[in-house]
Amino acid sequence: MSSDDLWILGIHMTRFGKHPDKDLVDLASEAALGALADAGVTIRDVGVLAAGNLMSASAPIGQLLLKQIGQTGIPVFNVANACATGATALRVALMAVKAGEADLGLAVGVEKLAGAGLLAGGSRSADAGTWTPRGRYGAVAPVDGRIGTETMPGVFAQIGMEYGHRYGGTSFELFARISEKNHAHSTLNPLAAYTKRFTLDEIMNDVMIAYPNTRPMCSANCDGAAAVVVVNGARLATLSAEQRRRAVKISASVLTSDPWTESCQVLPDVNTLTRNAAAQAYEQAGIGPEDLDLVELHDCFATAELVHYDNLMLCEPGGAVEFFESGAPWRDGRLPVNVSGGLQSKGHPIAATGIANLWEVATHLRGEAGDRQIEGARVGLTHVIGLGSACAVHILERSAA
Amino acid sequence: MTGRIPLVDYLVLGDEPHLAANECTSCGARFFDRRNACAACGATGFTRVPVSSTGEVRTFTIVAHAAPGIPVPFVAAVVDCDGTSVRANLVNVEPDADHVRVGMPVRLTTFPIGTDDEGTEAIGFGFEPIDGGAP
Repeated sequence: MSSDDLWILGIHMTRFGKHPDKDLVDLASEAALGALADAGVTIRDVGVLAAGNLMSASAPIGQLLLKQIGQTGIPVFNVANACATGATALRVALMAVKAGEADLGLAVGVEKLAGAGLLAGGSRSADAGTWTPRGRYGAVAPVDGRIGTETMPGVFAQIGMEYGHRYGGTSFELFARISEKNHAHSTLNPLAAYTKRFTLDEIMNDVMIAYPNTRPMCSANCDGAAAVVVVNGARLATLSAEQRRRAVKISASVLTSDPWTESCQVLPDVNTLTRNAAAQAYEQAGIGPEDLDLVELHDCFATAELVHYDNLMLCEPGGAVEFFESGAPWRDGRLPVNVSGGLQSKGHPIAATGIANLWEVATHLRGEAGDRQIEGARVGLTHVIGLGSACAVHILERSAA
Repeated sequence: MTGRIPLVDYLVLGDEPHLAANECTSCGARFFDRRNACAACGATGFTRVPVSSTGEVRTFTIVAHAAPGIPVPFVAAVVDCDGTSVRANLVNVEPDADHVRVGMPVRLTTFPIGTDDEGTEAIGFGFEPIDGGAP
């Protein structure tokens, strides 16, 4: 191995779901201590910490964590980057290691969201007593619901419907079947927030949130944390044979933001930055989509999963519907997607998501995924989107050792 | 004369109500908000241009669950107005998937959204099907 290569030495996720008896720091500690134990190191080996939490982003979550698990005086970077917060924390830790400022780093993402409703567009202020233009649009009154929607289910519904308009072949039922797949996958994941298998009828007849997304087709708000210990090749070479065997290579780590496109300020363009991140990641890894054994992508809504088949180049341009119809993304298909159950059933504790998806892939690459193991998995890809927008793509490879 | 005020400053009232965009004088990119510079090319010069009041629905959703106080269901959409994308509600159409479809031709319409304490009426906008529009 090259001394500059980057590796996952240890990784852990808490059970996603309701944790009323645990606060943010409890969950972050559980994930961090779990990742350190998995790595076979202690907090005293860690040279840099990057910590992510979105909903309490003004709190120094990294330092609060160290005050519970070890105040070693290392540099701490607290990051917030919408739903890509966890992956951004990982990127920061990796950059510090790559820059030579540390040879072993820790990244943590944690969120408490159980019971939260609509995260955007969940409330609208009352109209003022007199109409006074305010803000960048000179609006005299709140515009959510008057000029389109600010709710995430509605935004991502439009993103899926736009794909259907461009390429055809989509329907309410097609989107519901994507959700059916992920809920079916979740039944094998003991750490998922929800492990109930839904029939297609149950999904389509559930509460409509924003057509065509019904409630089970939306990501599940929940509590959870995930943490990862990363190390450079030089440090890994000094560690035990068992640590080297279980190490997972980070062949690509890419973060992008949304480049300007004609309509991106009217409806967020989650496509271009994902396609850019994927292209850079495949280039960095020297790997193509045809080499992948599994993918964990950001299915914040059923309508989003469809477009990302295309954006991540898992299919030909315009071929996402055909890719799904072929059965490819089911766990017994050609390229399993979201075998964890995805955000719709595993859950979406925002800042944890961008590390938990690496945990899922790494666990398969190590051959430790139990009942839901994708046999012989050697290469996997993770993808996360933070609206606003940020996109992270990681490509992981099983250790050759 | 009763006072009227547009819901947003990019809605121009008058005999022929229309939307107006800030167009970059360097690259032609269009924006509806107050600008610091152009997100496409970085230039800082803008000119105000009218946007076509007819277009085609490029995508939509029917919002059934929204913040308290927002009447549901309603249709939120992106309308392609001769190459300029506009975010708006679709109005004067049944808010269900049998009556709304992508590709549907629509036109701008305005309507009062309320009167404030001083008697000023705020005017909002939406897009409605052309020729009834429903398939």
